[in-house]
Amino acid sequence: MDSKTRLDLYRVMVICRTYEEAILREYHADKKPAFDIGAGLVPGEMHLSAGQEPVAAGVCAHLRPGDAVTATHRPHHVAIAHGVDLDKMTAEIFGREGGLGRGRGGHMHLFDPNVHFSCSGIIAEGLPPALGQAFAFKRGEGDRVAVAVTGEGAANQGAFHESLNLAALWKLPVIFVVEDNDWAISVPRDVSTAIGSNADRAAAYGMPGQRIADNDVDAIYTVAGDAVARARAGEGPTLLEIHTLRLWGHFEGDPQAYRPELADVPGRDPIPAYEQRLTEAGVLNPGMAAEIKDEASARVEKAIAFAKSSPVPAPETALQYVFA
Amino acid sequence: MSATETTTASGAQAGQAERRLTTARAISEGIAQEMERDPAVVVLGEDVGAYGGIFGATGGLLEQFGPDRVLDTPISETAFIGLGIGAAVEGMRPVVELMFADFFGVCMDQIYNHMAKIHFESGGNVKVPMVLTMAAGGGYSDAEQHSQCLWGTFAHLPGMKVVVPSNPADAKGLMISAIRDDNPVVYVFHKGIMGLPWMAKNPRSIAHVPEEPYETPIGKAAVAREGTDATVVTLSLSVHHALDVAEKLAEQDGVDLEVIDLRSLVPLDTETVLSSVARTGRLLVVDEDYQSFGLSGEIAARVAETDPGLLRAPLRRVAVPDVPIPYARSLEQAVLPTPERIEAGVHDLLKA
Repeated sequence: MDSKTRLDLYRVMVICRTYEEAILREYHADKKPAFDIGAGLVPGEMHLSAGQEPVAAGVCAHLRPGDAVTATHRPHHVAIAHGVDLDKMTAEIFGREGGLGRGRGGHMHLFDPNVHFSCSGIIAEGLPPALGQAFAFKRGEGDRVAVAVTGEGAANQGAFHESLNLAALWKLPVIFVVEDNDWAISVPRDVSTAIGSNADRAAAYGMPGQRIADNDVDAIYTVAGDAVARARAGEGPTLLEIHTLRLWGHFEGDPQAYRPELADVPGRDPIPAYEQRLTEAGVLNPGMAAEIKDEASARVEKAIAFAKSSPVPAPETALQYVFA
Repeated sequence: MSATETTTASGAQAGQAERRLTTARAISEGIAQEMERDPAVVVLGEDVGAYGGIFGATGGLLEQFGPDRVLDTPISETAFIGLGIGAAVEGMRPVVELMFADFFGVCMDQIYNHMAKIHFESGGNVKVPMVLTMAAGGGYSDAEQHSQCLWGTFAHLPGMKVVVPSNPADAKGLMISAIRDDNPVVYVFHKGIMGLPWMAKNPRSIAHVPEEPYETPIGKAAVAREGTDATVVTLSLSVHHALDVAEKLAEQDGVDLEVIDLRSLVPLDTETVLSSVARTGRLLVVDEDYQSFGLSGEIAARVAETDPGLLRAPLRRVAVPDVPIPYARSLEQAVLPTPERIEAGVHDLLKA
């Protein structure tokens, strides 16, 4: 891998993390001293993606304008890596009229048709629409692909298995990406899943499958590149499972009392590890890292400011947009 | 199966053949004409290809358009309905068949959480122009899991239009309107109106259908029979039953019933219902869906909300009385809105 690619991966991971740290700050800012999930500038459930940045960076690096991505209830890193409009996305999370969905959808329901991005709060149910996007792309001009991101908990859902079969059957240009962060809320994967690797399930549907260990963005980049190339070449879908890390709780306010390895979690943070690896390889130095972080911070704070300046939707517009 | 019957109706002028089509054939003709007009229209579902749809709604389409545009799917309703949604988001206009309305239990998330909500969640930025067709209704002893109407359930959930034709001409026009609509449209056809050769059918399920493409407006009820003594508000197969009862009572008792065919549940044509009730002062709602928390209660509420004084007598309902649809003929016929139950409902209404 060349230095530029690795720096780009680092840069994407940094902005994803910077974003989640900013949302974390804004989310909790006015929920003190007592945590009230419905209070504040950013109300509701909040599922932050810290620790899972390598997945988004490594996979989305291969996507071009016109390619589609469907993500999960924990969508921010994937949205950012795929180039969703950051200002409008942030305004949506703040429930503002200037948001992607004019404040109707919130953080689990982000739709940016300009970059063919969507997400769904229902486990595994973002996969079937990705099939449809791939179906449309396969019939159209070019070699567009669709990426369907889901979690390891979703791999036991019917929608997951139905989608794998249909995508393989119709040779749809889809890349299934399972983010294995070890936890389906509080249920560890060995309590939910009969086999060690969900990538093994690919064989049941006649498609290639590969599990990538260690939350390694370089490995993710390489393997995802093959999968995307395969889809573009008309060879059909691939299933990837990436062992990643949920650095924080399932949602904000999750005390994580069920998580025995909690003390070790910060030490597994993929971003400092990649920073060190790039530094040792002579690709990155502290000055460059600081500059990249400053740039990310400036971009994120601009988005937060945009969101805060966007008007709150007027109550009398609550009935709009049910029908086209 | 769903053959075109072209006959010369008695009394028609020489040389002017009346095109008499089954409802099934009318639906497939509507789809075919839209497929000819718009390459973005595709048909997906179980047995929609060589079989032509279990109830004939896609008959002949595979032969005419080939397997690239008429696709048999695995028995994976979540996957293929969701696929329809994604394709619609990308500008296609899929017609997706859920074989029986009763099967929504295996795929409802795609229907009500995705198909119906994406436009709203996106603040109007994403459209989902797809048609979800499904067969509904009982009367042929298919029992609890293959006889339900359930249109009230879809109509209850925001974000999808719901159309329920009763006759061949409306079935074609509503299909064309549904395909051209930029919203998801749930298109429910009762098996008993399809004109199937293997099921008892009302004579009205084979009727004249204009050959050229045309739209029947979504959200506009039809006055199927004008009358002065009472209003029967109904839809689908029950329209046929209500018309049969109206003809019988007109001859037998001199009772003049007005029959409203709702045709659409979402949007609901409240105006047509209210103006009829305002004239007759009496209302019977006939619905083959379950009675409680559904269409019949909604019609009653809209009348009551507007002006309870429109009713000169308490309204009556004939619906499935909140039991699963039984298998045995004797039991099934006891709970469906049969002509006998409708007639009894009319008598009850008129003497109130």
